[in-house]
Amino acid sequence: MAKIFITNREGEQSEIEGEIGISVMENLRDNDYELEAICGGQCSCATCHIYVDGAWTAKVGPRNDEENELLEELDCVQPGSRLSCQIEFTEDLDGLTLTIAPDE
Amino acid sequence: MTQTIIVVGAGHAGGQAVSTLRQKGFDGRIIMIGDEPWVPYERPPLSKAVLAGELELERTFLKKEAWYPEKQIDFRPNTRVTSFDRRAKTVTTSQGENLAYDKLLLATGTRVRKLQAPGAKLENIFYLRDIDDTVSIRKQMKPGANVVIVGGGYIGLEVAAVAVKMGCHVTVLEGLDRVMSRVVAPEVSAFYHKVHTDAGVIIKTGMAVTGFEGQGKVERVLCADDSSFPADLVIIGVGVIPNVELAAEGDLAVDNGIVVDEFCQTSDANIWAAGDCTNHPNALLGRRLRLESVQNAVDQAKTAAGAMCGELKEYSEIPWFWSDQYDLKLQIAGLSEPGDEVVIRGNPADRKFSALYLRDGRFVAINAINMIKDFMAAKKLIAEGKHLDTVRSADTEVALKDM
Repeated sequence: MAKIFITNREGEQSEIEGEIGISVMENLRDNDYELEAICGGQCSCATCHIYVDGAWTAKVGPRNDEENELLEELDCVQPGSRLSCQIEFTEDLDGLTLTIAPDE
Repeated sequence: MTQTIIVVGAGHAGGQAVSTLRQKGFDGRIIMIGDEPWVPYERPPLSKAVLAGELELERTFLKKEAWYPEKQIDFRPNTRVTSFDRRAKTVTTSQGENLAYDKLLLATGTRVRKLQAPGAKLENIFYLRDIDDTVSIRKQMKPGANVVIVGGGYIGLEVAAVAVKMGCHVTVLEGLDRVMSRVVAPEVSAFYHKVHTDAGVIIKTGMAVTGFEGQGKVERVLCADDSSFPADLVIIGVGVIPNVELAAEGDLAVDNGIVVDEFCQTSDANIWAAGDCTNHPNALLGRRLRLESVQNAVDQAKTAAGAMCGELKEYSEIPWFWSDQYDLKLQIAGLSEPGDEVVIRGNPADRKFSALYLRDGRFVAINAINMIKDFMAAKKLIAEGKHLDTVRSADTEVALKDM
């Protein structure tokens, strides 16, 4: 079992048992967090924006090119910004800590 | 007394609405009625990743099947609403049940426009709207098969891209003089025409399909100019029709869609509507319109669900769309019209460019092809009604957001 620690848009903290092999976005969606994810994981819209906690950014890996272009144009982009649809949740990410970014 | 909300339609809008209702703390009864066997799912991948076999069906579900009972949502699949009575506040289902509501959401979506032509009911002639369609098409889409696609819009071209990659012989028959003519400028149509042709797709424009021939199964597609095309399967993508009949029979205002206000409320104070089926106002665009898009379905469903919980938040978004074909990410924001000035930014030969649409100098829409930054910047600029200089905006050395 691998956990994800989440801070939602209201600043409330909670944790979920993540499902391995699907994206972090799908994990958030399946667990009812408010997150638009309008394009359904196609890296076309930037509505599944999260901030990965500093300690986890290296482990999660860098943004891909398309993702980077989408993120860079957002007003609320931060160093830990990622699109959660582009991160596959694996055993290695047990304990992943993230904050859901505001809706832009 | 416990309130009951009935949601008619279990597509993207219906699915989003029930989720938002629970998120907003509505703890009454929710009944969601859908005519398909599936829980609400994403339709866009049906003509892309699901058709290509790259994405399992379950991953298109907006919420897992178990979520609905967990959230006490009474989901009725394979069920249609046949009528409703506004005075009694009840709906009647195809199972013959009468269900009472306090508030009703119509998220009835659209259905495909059927081609009325001789032979149109032969086997292996498909439309693409739901999961069952994609599963059926996928079974027939074998390497070497002759695939004829009627309609060169998003759906037709997305299917063409998947089919040619699978090794099928693909012909697209478009009725108008260029592909995707309803949504993009001639320059962009020409670009996509060439990309598909280079990939091995045969595109014929100005083709009026007059019928289909075959013994049980389709074998040939016939056109008005007496040409014919061998076909093992045919996929027809010639647009959709909004499902407004139920609303019209209930005497709600209907005009190319169920007429709603900026809060998605219909002409009946207890009834809302959301998604592809609505004719809604958009203050940013300064007019009423009906849209066929996921963004609109999601955002309107949230607006409607909020309003049903007493939270009024006006719906007003710049519409946006996307289409994936080959390695090309097409992102569209705003609505262009014939007569708009078109500025091409970048070089189509690089497979990376944008078409900017200006109306009286004002930036109104964009088609961004592998130009993600342009698309993201454009969404904001279009909402602001920014004026652009035609020479400067064509210069890719200057970021669009700095215009």
